[in-house]
Amino acid sequence: MTHPEESVSEPVISLRGVRADLGSRPVLRGIDLTVNHGEVVALLGANGSGKSTAVRSIIGQVPLAEGEIRLFGTPRKAFKDWARVGYVPQRTTAAGGVPATVTEVVSSGRLSRARFGVLRKSDREAVRRALELVGMADRAKDSVDALSGGQHQRVLIARALAAEPELLIMDEPMAGVDLASQEVLAHTLEEQVAAGTTVLLVLHELGPLEPLIDRAVVLRDGCVLHDGPPPKAVGQHALPGHDHVHPHEPIHTGLLS
Amino acid sequence: MEILDYAFMQRALLAAVLVGITAPAVGIYLVQRRQALMGDGIGHVAMTGVGLGFLLNTSPVWMATLVSVLGAVLMELIRWYGKTRGDIALAMLFYGGMAGGVMFINLAPTGSNANLTSYLFGSLSTVSQSDVTAICLLAAFVVLVTLGLRRQLFAVSQDEEFARVTGLPVRALNLLTAVTAAVTVTVAMRVVGLLLVSALMVVPVAAAQQLSRSFAATFAIAVAIGVTVTISGTVTSYYQDVPPGATIVLLTIAAFILTTALATPLARRRARAAAAARAAGDPAECVIPASREPDEKVGV
Repeated sequence: MTHPEESVSEPVISLRGVRADLGSRPVLRGIDLTVNHGEVVALLGANGSGKSTAVRSIIGQVPLAEGEIRLFGTPRKAFKDWARVGYVPQRTTAAGGVPATVTEVVSSGRLSRARFGVLRKSDREAVRRALELVGMADRAKDSVDALSGGQHQRVLIARALAAEPELLIMDEPMAGVDLASQEVLAHTLEEQVAAGTTVLLVLHELGPLEPLIDRAVVLRDGCVLHDGPPPKAVGQHALPGHDHVHPHEPIHTGLLS
Repeated sequence: MEILDYAFMQRALLAAVLVGITAPAVGIYLVQRRQALMGDGIGHVAMTGVGLGFLLNTSPVWMATLVSVLGAVLMELIRWYGKTRGDIALAMLFYGGMAGGVMFINLAPTGSNANLTSYLFGSLSTVSQSDVTAICLLAAFVVLVTLGLRRQLFAVSQDEEFARVTGLPVRALNLLTAVTAAVTVTVAMRVVGLLLVSALMVVPVAAAQQLSRSFAATFAIAVAIGVTVTISGTVTSYYQDVPPGATIVLLTIAAFILTTALATPLARRRARAAAAARAAGDPAECVIPASREPDEKVGV
């Protein structure tokens, strides 16, 4: 899909002076954040720093107290073109209260492109491609209840990819994911980035995605603390005994290196 | 079949079949969003509608539909704007609905608690022609919504936050689910009664889940179980002179026990099939590397 009215220089995501409260507690206290076309931006910070709230305010799940959010240059409230956005919420499971197959769950992600919820042959093929991207095509007909934690995460990412989005927003996609799945996810993301997808992801630590990340935004107490190149490991993370898991490299432990 | 010779039994069986289809069809979405007891709450609120129907001398079925739809919308609004404790607000709605029903029906010149009992526990033999017309219209609406919008309702019930980002009108779909559930309660009211309505929405789905791996199969099996128990319950109540509502609910629970018993060998067979499929790839069980001797000395 081409959008001639937009120039590539228009930021994909732009937050200006965003404030948000949860109850009476301010969680975001005036955040500025810009994600440009083709960039991979990591949102880092401790628990409670507001990184999940920031992402959830972008998709409209958290109301703003103040400030402005634009998606592809359009004010978020007026933004309707949701097929351009793929979202991976922070979840440990893809399952609901009723059994569902991997294909059924991933097909939900295609609804933004399917008129009146009717899935055509091309839509089914997009769902199948999304499953192949995360290496789950052979589990397409299995119940999501039968999957491991890492496989749940792969299903959630396939669901976001099913709409073939230009922007991927992911909230802690590596939480509770086993090493094999981390490797698959890092590879999937690498392919998406190579194809020109813009990515904003919330991470607890950079981990195996480190080589992909162009820029890191660090939040603390609802304010932007750092916006620039990914920070080097400091403190406990830099200690020789700290085990950084990098699936692209042979596995090494701090004690041996 | 002499049972079909009586007009009241024809009406009763038609109503029973429609309930068997609609209750699990809506119930599956309630179970999916983990609001299995919502039907029960709506049933309580509908009592006020029945009472008002008697008091105002209008059709209790249509009045119950109106009031339970309003109640369901109110419950959905409480869920959105849940500033106060949501469960407390819902509890007040439930018990207020029940008390309102008892109050209104006793104020009505023609009403008494005896009338209410037929709505609380179902009374197939008193289903009138106009009741059947109402039930048919309402059931058609429920089937249209639950089948026609199945993909949208599935997405919203599975993951509301994600559904919003696909651009689905999440609030409108939530309200539609609540309204459809309310309509189903009044469809089922004459057959199983308001107090047992929720059982027919939830238990067939729970029974179907024991056997199925997909949402589509769960839907189909739940409706099949629903229709089977409502028909057999109605026929049993005719021949044995037992209350139809209670018979239907007990049969549904029996179906749940049956599918649970069937599920264990089924799960074992699937696990074996999965293990066989995996055998070509990596081993399913832990394998100690051949090079490692059992008495290997481990340096610390």
